[in-house]
Amino acid sequence: MTESPNLVAFTPERLETVKEIIARYPEGRQKSALLPVLHVAQEQWGWLSSEVMDYVAGILDIKPVEVYEVATFYTMYHLDPVGTHVIEYCRTGPCCLMGGEDVYGHLKKKLGIEAGETTADGKFTLKEVECLAACGWGPVFQIREQFYMNLTNEKVDQIIEDLSK
Amino acid sequence: MARKILTEHINVPGIETFDVYRKQGGYTAVEKAIKTMTPEEVVEEAKKSGVRGRGGAGFPMGMKWGFLAKPEGVPRYLVCNADESEPGTFKDHHLMKCIPHLLIEGMIISSFALGANKSFIYVRGELMYVIRILEKAIAEAKAQGFLGKNILGSGYDLELVVQPGGGAYICGEETALLESLEGKRGNPRNKPPFPAVKGLYQSPTVVNNVESISNMPWIINNGGDAYAQIGIGRSTGTKLISASGHIKKPGVYEIELGVSVDEFLNSDEYCGGIRKGHYLKALVAGGSSVPILPANLITKTAAGEDRLMTYESLSDGGFATGTMLGSGGFIVFDETACIVRNTWNFSRFYHHESCGQCSPCREGTGWMEKVLHRIEHGHGSMHDIDLLVDISKKIEGNTICPLGDAAAWPVASAIRHFRDEFVWHITHPQEATQPGAVYMGEMVLG
Repeated sequence: MTESPNLVAFTPERLETVKEIIARYPEGRQKSALLPVLHVAQEQWGWLSSEVMDYVAGILDIKPVEVYEVATFYTMYHLDPVGTHVIEYCRTGPCCLMGGEDVYGHLKKKLGIEAGETTADGKFTLKEVECLAACGWGPVFQIREQFYMNLTNEKVDQIIEDLSK
Repeated sequence: MARKILTEHINVPGIETFDVYRKQGGYTAVEKAIKTMTPEEVVEEAKKSGVRGRGGAGFPMGMKWGFLAKPEGVPRYLVCNADESEPGTFKDHHLMKCIPHLLIEGMIISSFALGANKSFIYVRGELMYVIRILEKAIAEAKAQGFLGKNILGSGYDLELVVQPGGGAYICGEETALLESLEGKRGNPRNKPPFPAVKGLYQSPTVVNNVESISNMPWIINNGGDAYAQIGIGRSTGTKLISASGHIKKPGVYEIELGVSVDEFLNSDEYCGGIRKGHYLKALVAGGSSVPILPANLITKTAAGEDRLMTYESLSDGGFATGTMLGSGGFIVFDETACIVRNTWNFSRFYHHESCGQCSPCREGTGWMEKVLHRIEHGHGSMHDIDLLVDISKKIEGNTICPLGDAAAWPVASAIRHFRDEFVWHITHPQEATQPGAVYMGEMVLG
């Protein structure tokens, strides 16, 4: 009973961003802000716990279940804790034609984990995703907003080493 | 050099900024439309241009605009579909990233034409960096008086909102997109009512693709008739083609509709031909959803005529020997590609992306993936091939939205044209499951 109900809260800057997002939509249509606000929440907490989702529901004045059903539908929202760097690699046809399966195999071996897992040191999470709209530059993976394209085993080594520093 | 409508200035340094875009003649179409034309006249130019929906459906944009209901006192919305997620398609990504003001200029003109005062650009969430580029460009345009209240002193107000998605292919379907924009799961709606009558927030809404809208500045500057003179027949204007796979020069190319498939595939101006030392095996011409074609039906139709990059020529022969232009996702396969493996890969995509609302799609895509998986992994039986065809037929046409068809067509067409390869996987499971093994007809084994 000592836990404050406000333990989960946006930083003041993010709260400003959230208010600005809500103001984009017509009066009474604040639910439209749900997807963008969940992105902001994920930016802050890394993943969406049920506490965070309940908090977002409160801010948007909608039912918690309305947040859960959206968060579980869209693949970008992480429903479990993730590592510092979430590597989302494209497994769809065109990237595989360009040697994606070999490169991703190398990536998994290098990190010692499979898709959906996080390294023991908590640094990397691997996530398998569908087409990222970068097919001409495949194989491709994404870490947060950054695209890494035309991947080769050597490039993967370099990226992982840089991020491990 | 072919004429460029969308990409003429794309390589100008700094074109992503307002100043450089303006110096290249940007926003003159907004001035022309808002100061000298009525909304009806703008719609008329779109109709005359014959420009067709560039997201994949190919429905004439001007006609779609013409369906928009205009009840008194009810807001109307324009929503730009920038959810580009069709495997093999990355043109909108490229266009928005490189020249964001082109889309914004198109949005202002189109919103004015439709009488919308608040318009949305729904961008797939994975492209957050592109969203930031667009938002910056919108702020610039607003600071210059091209957006916001009383644009260019005309009394016309427009606000542009960029909305991120959350990662769901289905939101490229326009009613799923609207659901998503309302903060819900991306479940497509039953139609009617169509969005033109009840769309976003139950108000009349038009949803158009990025590339479609980006044609509007040129159409206003040069006239719909001039646009219609480019291309062949009902395939007017230019089209962005996303070229990927086993070619020398993957990338985004703007073509005049009507260039031959042979020229597009083999000339140095475009794909540059199949990568060195290899040869063409198959082609998906319009994104993963359209039927795959074997080498002998790509540059020539079944009747022996040159196949052209037009809506009509690519679909010549129906699904028996033709395909579709679709989104322009041009995926090229050389002889090292295994059609069974690729078909399994695509079917896994559709199973993953089915929203789950209609049972033929939810269950059917799952079964197709499972059956293809077992054929690819050496556990298939001959009966499986007919089973796949049967499942695909039971999905097609039996779902609320076209995702079901999109899942069925690649499977049905792969079996239609590459049945031998499926049979070989079943009769030679040992060989077929070797890494990199590909059926080569008489010369089996890789």
